Order: sequence, then structure tokens, then C-alpha cells
Amino acid sequence: MRQTTFAEAIESAIAQAMAADSRIIILGEDVHTIRRNLFVRFGSQRVRATPISEGAFVGAAVAAAMGGLHPVVEVMLVDFIGVAMDALLNHAAKVQAFSGGKWQVPLVIRAACGSGYGDGGQHEQSLWGWLAHIPGLNIVVPSTPADAGRLMLAALLCKEPVIFLEHKLLADYWLEFLGSGGRKTVSYDIPAAGARGPVPLKWQPIPLGKASVCRQGADLTLVSIGVSLHRCLEAASLLEQRGISCGVIDLRSVSPLDVETVVQAVAKTGRMLVVDEDYQAFGLSGELAAIILEAGIPARYSRVCTQETIPYARHLEDLILPNTARIVDAASRLLIT
Amino acid sequence: MVADVWRLYELMLRSRSFETAVKHIWEDGLISGEMHLGTGEEAICAAIVTQMQPGDALALDHRGTPPLLMRGVDPLLLLREFLGKPDGLCSGVGGHMHLFSPENLAASSGIVGASAPAAVGFALAAEMLRPGKLAVAFFGEGATNQGMLLEALNLAAAWKLPVLFVCKDNRWEITTPAAAAISGQLSQRARGFGLQAVDVDGTDVEAVWEAAREAMQRARQGKGPTFLHASCPHLDGHFLGDQLIHTARHPIRGMLRIAWPILRSLFRFKGAPLAQRIHALISILQLSANTRADLSRMVSADPLVRTRSLLLHDPIRLEALETRVGDEIQQVIRAATSVV
Repeated sequence: MRQTTFAEAIESAIAQAMAADSRIIILGEDVHTIRRNLFVRFGSQRVRATPISEGAFVGAAVAAAMGGLHPVVEVMLVDFIGVAMDALLNHAAKVQAFSGGKWQVPLVIRAACGSGYGDGGQHEQSLWGWLAHIPGLNIVVPSTPADAGRLMLAALLCKEPVIFLEHKLLADYWLEFLGSGGRKTVSYDIPAAGARGPVPLKWQPIPLGKASVCRQGADLTLVSIGVSLHRCLEAASLLEQRGISCGVIDLRSVSPLDVETVVQAVAKTGRMLVVDEDYQAFGLSGELAAIILEAGIPARYSRVCTQETIPYARHLEDLILPNTARIVDAASRLLIT
Repeated sequence: MVADVWRLYELMLRSRSFETAVKHIWEDGLISGEMHLGTGEEAICAAIVTQMQPGDALALDHRGTPPLLMRGVDPLLLLREFLGKPDGLCSGVGGHMHLFSPENLAASSGIVGASAPAAVGFALAAEMLRPGKLAVAFFGEGATNQGMLLEALNLAAAWKLPVLFVCKDNRWEITTPAAAAISGQLSQRARGFGLQAVDVDGTDVEAVWEAAREAMQRARQGKGPTFLHASCPHLDGHFLGDQLIHTARHPIRGMLRIAWPILRSLFRFKGAPLAQRIHALISILQLSANTRADLSRMVSADPLVRTRSLLLHDPIRLEALETRVGDEIQQVIRAATSVV
């Protein structure tokens, strides 16, 4: 084992995969500087900086994957995926089904996501629920360095399109790029265990769609993903001091969704609180309620999500994001009856 | 009609002074997130915005501060917005990349290229509701590789809409040199879509003013859109904290920070042949060298310096103007930062 940052873990897993598989290439805006270590090691043929033309290079990557390559496409921020959405919605996600299962699209879309650094509502969205709504796309959202590397390797071994979202509060280069800009005068609520942690010397993949039970609990199950997972763990510790036993599940991927792990845990506690930084309506939190209903489990349910356009001002942003206080409050109300 | 250089310089200086103050406030940590300044673009903005009429619309990119200031938006409202205050221009919800001023028909977007289709829509509304009025789109040369922008050029030309597309060309797409990302000539691209296209030195405020005057006259007369391609420097890089600028200013400190993992990448087992790796490394070093060269050229390429040189014949008036602008901006900064 060794200690790395979240960002270094992803880079080292990609490097391991690229060394083993020459079909893996990287494309995207500014990758020669943002991914300079991979650029130097693998050269400008395999690490290609693109024009600001998401529609063209994401669309091209879909067909490049069909043609035998395994592209890792960087769209910078998940918010910018809107420009390239047709390539994902109507092409990457559909080719396998349309071809009768004969043609696959091994493609990784890599994007930064999430808020908490005051950059405004066109740069801080999560959008994983919106993306996971589409059959044929896998959506991965790691919360620790070890998971980030292992899930990235899994994405690079997967024959299907995988959208790999890295939260900006965990990936230090994104936070420096978009948040601090090298300033020492600003600070952020960075979950320490998510930004840096132990990782293996050699990466092994973990299956996509396998949640991690981070904490066992008898009274209430907190289900979350990404940075909110760390807020849940903090809330669970606070609730424990009040004699409330909370289980915490890190979904790790939104699609495929690990229905079994969630259902098993909620069947035991009878209470589920979903904490999701993504938008509340028509998304992951509602989907989780549906799988509990479909499993026939009589459970009490609540959710802490983002309900509106993310405001630029930090203090306004802090009010609307899932935070520990909101989680403790919602959990306490769920436990009243 | 000739350009009123005194007025243009005053607006340019006001914008520069304001953005310089914003830079310090951002460095002090009072403004969150990114900060894209329009320093270097002032001549382009002033020459065009001063020829806009009430009822004309303004579609902005992520560098909306100078055009909005020049259009008459209160700098206090802008700064309160950047500080995230409820009495800011957009109640602290928008921030500097998402500035909106409905009374000026001015809308911004942080999505590269989005200002072009927005201007087409504003122009359509103008044609149907406010004949004789037009829409201006500001964007960088990096945006000209976005499908939506190219589609917007065609749509505006096909419908002969009153749009002025203004490409502020600073030759950098964040950290990618334009030469590596843009194929062909931009004004030729626009002509290919049937637009009138003009190339102009964007640091020459009189030249931009004249080119804009003709283009806006054509648009108001229903003769269709123009693509105005104006070159300019970006004095503060892509955004504040720009790593390339930082490394160019402090090469040893900047390089030391990134040297070790890069050196390891050069010699790691498995990867590209060594010659390719060295080539990649050299291209990274070249980015820094090019940025350094850019920085050394910037003073002579600064549109403010150039415009000011036209006014040196009346030093008393010039000094009075500069003092007035300096005092006004200082007052704004005091007013904006003294209230919680």
C-alpha cells in the first residue's frame, strides 16, 4: 500500500491500463497540460489535445471506440457534456442495442463534477441522475482514492460507455484550477479521507455496480455517493453520540445501481435517508425510493438533495448543498416515529 | 463620423481600473471560484458597445465585465455580485460568468460558444419587435470551433439577421495555442457562410470603431450579419491564477512544482518511444516559453497604452480624466467592500 491523492490514484490507474493496452488513448481540451505526466510518457499520438469542440470529439470518440480504440475523453466539467449530449444519448448509449448486441462502444468519458467552491451553476452540477436515466450508459462516482483508481481500471476494462465523474473537492488539480487558482486566501470543506488515502501498488478492478457498506447500523440507512458520502459518515458519527445507529452505503456507481445491497440494508433498519448532491426531482433519490417500494419493504424514507440552481455565492451554496447539519436534521426527523 | 477617442479611452480605463481592483479582491479571497478578466479586450469592447443603441442586445461570454460596464451597468452592482451579496446585479446567484441585465438586453454564458446562438435569437426578436435594432455577440477564437457557433453564423446569414459577431482573438484556448486547434482562416470561414467578414487589429480602437460602425449600419439597414475578427492580448491569461502565466513569471518555482512526476514519466517502463516522450516534454516547455514571450510583448500590445498615446497631446485633460476615473473606481471599491 501507498498513500496518494484522489487525482494521483486516477492517473496511476490510467497509466497502468495504458501501458497494458495500446488501444487506450486520451482526448480532450488541454490534456497536454492537465494530464502532462501521461502526455510525456505516452506521447502526443495517444494523449491528444482537442479544440473546444465537444460535439465533434465526443462524437468522434464513440466511433473511434467502435473502430477498435478505447478512448478516454475529457470534457473538463460534466456541465459541458450538454454540448456533446447527442453523441452520448443517441449514439454511445444505443449502438450496442441497435446492433443486436454485436457492436460495443468501449469508451470512458471523464469529467469533473460537484460544488462547494463558489463557481456558479454552469460549472458545479452533478448530473449523474440525468445521465443514468439513459439505458446503455454506466455512471461511476468514486469517493476515495482507492475506489477512484479501481473504478477507473474497471471502466477501462469495460466494453461499454462509462461516464467517470470526479468531484472537484476530491480531485485537487480541479479545485486548484477552478477554485483557488493558487490562492492561499480561500478554503474549502474537503473530506480528508476522500482527497488522500491508501491505494494498492498495483491496481485491481472492482466490479461496476457494487456498492460499499462503509458503516453498519441498526436504526437508519444512509445511502449516498461522492462527497456527500463523507458528509454522511460525519453525520453518522454525530448521530451515534446521540445513541442513533446509522448504516452508511457508498453506491460508488449510479448505473448500474446496486439494488441488492441497498434493499438488504433498508430491510434491516426500516428507514432510508438518501443524501444526493445531484438535483432532487426525477433522479437518484427517487429511484432509490422506487427500488425499496418494488422490493415490498415497508420503510420510512427521506432525502437530502440539491433542489435548485446552484447559486454562485458561497454562503448561499452552503445552504442548498447536502451538508452534515441537513443530514443530521433529516435523520432525526425520520427517527421520531 | 469619427471615433471620440477621449470617450473610448475613458471607458477603457474605467474598465481596466475596475478589473485591476477586482483582481486584488479576488487575490484576497473575497471572490470565490474562477475569475476571467477582459483585460486586453477593452478597445474592442469600447469601440463596439459605444455604438450600441437602446434596444440593442448583448450576448456575452465568460468575460462580460468590460462590455457591461461600458453599456452603463453600475460597477457597484457588478462588484457586489462578485462578492456574492444579495444586492449584487444578480442577487449573488450568477457570479461573474453568469451576468444578466434585462434592461440592457444583456445575457452571459459560461459555456464556450453559447453567445452566438443567443445573439441570433436576440436579433430575431429585434427584427420582429424592434426594427433597426441589432444584437452583438462577443466570444473568443476558441469558440469558433464549437458547432453551435458555426450553426449560428449560418442561421444569421440565411435569415439575414442584424447580428454583429465579434471574435476576440487572443490566440490561446486556455492552455492550447490557437495554431494547434484552429484550421484555416476565421474570416474566411465566416465568408464561407455568406457573412461579411472583417479582420481588424483589436488594440487599435479607432480601427475597430470604424469596422464596427460599418457593420452595425449594415445590420440596422437589414443587410445581414457581419463577422468582426479582432486580435488582442489576454493580459491576465485565461483566468486569474493561470498556471502558464504563473510559470512564465516564476519559471523555476513553476517548473520545480511539476518537474518530478514529469521526469519520472520520461523514463517509466512501457510507454511511447523516448524520442516521442522528449518531443512531448519539449512541447510543454515551449508553452511556457511562448507565454513568456507573450508577456514581454504585452506592454506594447496593451490597447490602453496604445489608445493613451493618441491623447498625449493634451496632458492636462488626460491627467484630469485619469484622476476622475481613478477616484470613481476607488469610491466604488470602498462602497462595495465596506458593507457586509
